Amino acid sequence: MDTYAIEMLEITKSFPGVLANDRITLQVKDNEVHAVLGENGAGKSTLMSILFGLYAADSGTIRVRGKEVRIDDPNHATSLGIGMVHQHFKLVHNYTVTENIILGNEPRTVWGNVGIKKAESDIQALSTQYGLDVDPKAKIESISVGMQQRVEILKILYRKASILIFDEPTAVLTPQEIDELMKIFDRLKAEGKTILLITHKLREIKATADRCTVLRRGKFIGTVEVADTSEGRLAEMMVGRKVSFSVERKPRVPGAVVLEIDNLTVRGSRGHSAVPSVKNLSLYVRKGEILGLAGVDGNGQTELIEAITGLRPIESGKITISGKDIGRATIKARIEAGMGFVPEDRHKHGLVLGFRLDENLVLKTFFAPPYTTSFGVLSRRKIFENATDLIAAFDIRAGEGPATKASSMSGGNQQKAIIAREIDLSPELLIIAQPTRGLDVGAIENIHARIVAERDKGRAVLLISFELDEIFNLCDRIAAISKGEIVGIVENKEADERKIGAMMAGMVLGREGRQG
Amino acid sequence: MNRKKNWEQILADDRTVSLFVVGLGFACGTLLVLLVGKNPAGMYQAMLQTLTGWDITRKVWNARYIGEWLTASIPLILCGLSMGFAARTGLFNIGAEGQYIVGLTAAQFVALYFPPVPVLHWVAALAAAGLAGALWGGIVGILKARFEVSEVVATIMLNYVAFFLSRWVSMAIPGANTYRTPNFPPTATLASGFLENLTNGSRLNYGLFLALLACLFYWFIIEKTNLGFSLRATGLNKEAARYSGIPVTRSIASSMIIAGMFAGFAGAAVALGSFNYGRVLGGYDNYGFNGIAVALVGNSQAGGILASGLLFGMLASSQPLMQSRQIPKEITLIISGLVVVFISLRAGVKLFLDWRAKKATRTGGRSNDE
Repeated sequence: MDTYAIEMLEITKSFPGVLANDRITLQVKDNEVHAVLGENGAGKSTLMSILFGLYAADSGTIRVRGKEVRIDDPNHATSLGIGMVHQHFKLVHNYTVTENIILGNEPRTVWGNVGIKKAESDIQALSTQYGLDVDPKAKIESISVGMQQRVEILKILYRKASILIFDEPTAVLTPQEIDELMKIFDRLKAEGKTILLITHKLREIKATADRCTVLRRGKFIGTVEVADTSEGRLAEMMVGRKVSFSVERKPRVPGAVVLEIDNLTVRGSRGHSAVPSVKNLSLYVRKGEILGLAGVDGNGQTELIEAITGLRPIESGKITISGKDIGRATIKARIEAGMGFVPEDRHKHGLVLGFRLDENLVLKTFFAPPYTTSFGVLSRRKIFENATDLIAAFDIRAGEGPATKASSMSGGNQQKAIIAREIDLSPELLIIAQPTRGLDVGAIENIHARIVAERDKGRAVLLISFELDEIFNLCDRIAAISKGEIVGIVENKEADERKIGAMMAGMVLGREGRQG
Repeated sequence: MNRKKNWEQILADDRTVSLFVVGLGFACGTLLVLLVGKNPAGMYQAMLQTLTGWDITRKVWNARYIGEWLTASIPLILCGLSMGFAARTGLFNIGAEGQYIVGLTAAQFVALYFPPVPVLHWVAALAAAGLAGALWGGIVGILKARFEVSEVVATIMLNYVAFFLSRWVSMAIPGANTYRTPNFPPTATLASGFLENLTNGSRLNYGLFLALLACLFYWFIIEKTNLGFSLRATGLNKEAARYSGIPVTRSIASSMIIAGMFAGFAGAAVALGSFNYGRVLGGYDNYGFNGIAVALVGNSQAGGILASGLLFGMLASSQPLMQSRQIPKEITLIISGLVVVFISLRAGVKLFLDWRAKKATRTGGRSNDE
């Protein structure tokens, strides 16, 4: 009989209007890598928050190493040897690695001051033991994201954790960094640690986990041996039906160039930073093709899109749509030149949440006929009818139809509404940023099909995504961006994950060999 | 659980909240009157007399009180519209007072110097007041739109400028002393013999129609036109409005211009309606500041502002009647103050509900996964 490191039995937790965890059972064996798989909203984070003492369960029992416990707060969890690496790191940027690790738990010398020297050597020893390769004296702001994550790991190892929880650890990493992380998992396991991996990515589970517990809509679906279970089966358990992850994409010969960017330089959000966020960037998108921009978050994608769409002024360079220079045109002029834009942040840019759905669907067209009649008077009837049409055509689910307040709609339907609006403008060029972030599989399928349909209609599409799978599934050509520069552009057929990953990390093709 | 649901529903509907809050203000006021050992019945009798003209103790009816109530409400409604219009675009127009003052001053100036042609004279004075207010608001709007100058600071400063400018200009008028100028010609005033007769010699004037028309105009612009659509979109989500190609800077500027115009009209309504000479202001009339409360209680809706303007007007004009019943008149100020505090509490409660809803979704395991 195996011994369990953690047992969470029949855990139930409800929030007003939501049953987040419905009698969920999670049993993690000692010294295994155990994955918790589920879509957004399946209840993974709630379950982990309960284990970590952030929330109290309504009912159910928790046992750590066979002993029943009540975990009241994170400090209690830490004392039980449970540590968590959060998806969003909790580090002080202008502190050193050591300072961050000992923060809140500072060792004292006999004189009563902080024993930083001792801590540094302890951390160095831990880093070597687990092969983490972290410099204890480096400042957080000067090290890479992957390294920051290893600092988080060190932080919990320093607190003598034996059970490590990773919440979506790969979301911010390049493919190479992900490989590194997988190796770190192996080493942690070899040193006797137990790992709980929370994720919605099947491939990672196949690559590292021993067993996997699947949740769906707050319910426990099952725990399986990963070695005996196919990816397809896992997906089916997660979603509740068979899913096809690949989108059918007929080959198509691209037409004339629609969007052309020439030597574009854009300054970043931090006003004083002398370093531009986009540097001498050039690319083009043709009719009937999808160009994917692959890159790790924060490499200038946001600034590039904002520059193309007019939300951010450009420093130098040229942007043209079908030959028309729009680099310094107003946003309205760009929309009229045929640019549709599905923004990254649908709450900040995409929707006016306090407006009704029908008002949101005419956000870019309300000022002109048929929605505005003579003397600037709006036609409520036309606005309503437009919404009725789009709701039917794009399968937008909204409780009160066109009169539904945008804020009361689900994320997937909000996104469908934005896509409906942008496609309905019938733009020549569709710019789409992070179209499926935070959405469930059903909505993702629907949205992917829409994007490919636009390409097949002959539109030019520029797609920005942090999900490489999405890029590979949808795009005809893939451009990799790193530190605001295009590292290379390749045909999808000729690309593979290693190649794109290397480019995302800033290695120019052909130099790969020498670098690694 | 169920009771909580009901509460949330009540809090979600702005109109019921306003009514509830006003009721709560009155309840507290009643308690206070009891606490100082007076009979609250006197307070309500005074209010009844203000609203209907009916003196319940002496059994006499005098329509003059109704007239005075409506007269007091006119500038409150107009200043409430000024505040409300800016608020719908996401701006806090604390400068209605200054816009009111420049409106008042411009109206007096035209009243004194424009040739006394019937009708045309007061129309010109009114137009001048609207323009002056629009200019005063517009300066702030353009500063905000172009250079992101905080409209709160800019309007507060311009209130002082307006006040001292008004004193300086008005005292420079020949024949003016430290508190008044010579009389206007009768062609300049908004006084209406008909309305005066109807209300037994009150100061009620054509300003009443100005206020009603302004409410109608407000409703039409905000709810029915594409300009209103841009303004509301800007007010609810400036970034999304910008993304949609709505010229946000122009929305902000035009919103402040129109807001200033409403306040300017309020100045004209007071200058030409209640007086027949130009005033040299000795202090703020406070209509502009009270307009903030009017707009808050009226939820920045045309009908709501009309109703809450009438409410605040009633409170103000029932003061002398309360005093004659040995009720301290300050109680009306306390009630208006409490209503504003409770309304602001609603904003706090809303923040709390939003925060809780967010927390609930977060714990539902959503945003962590994004």
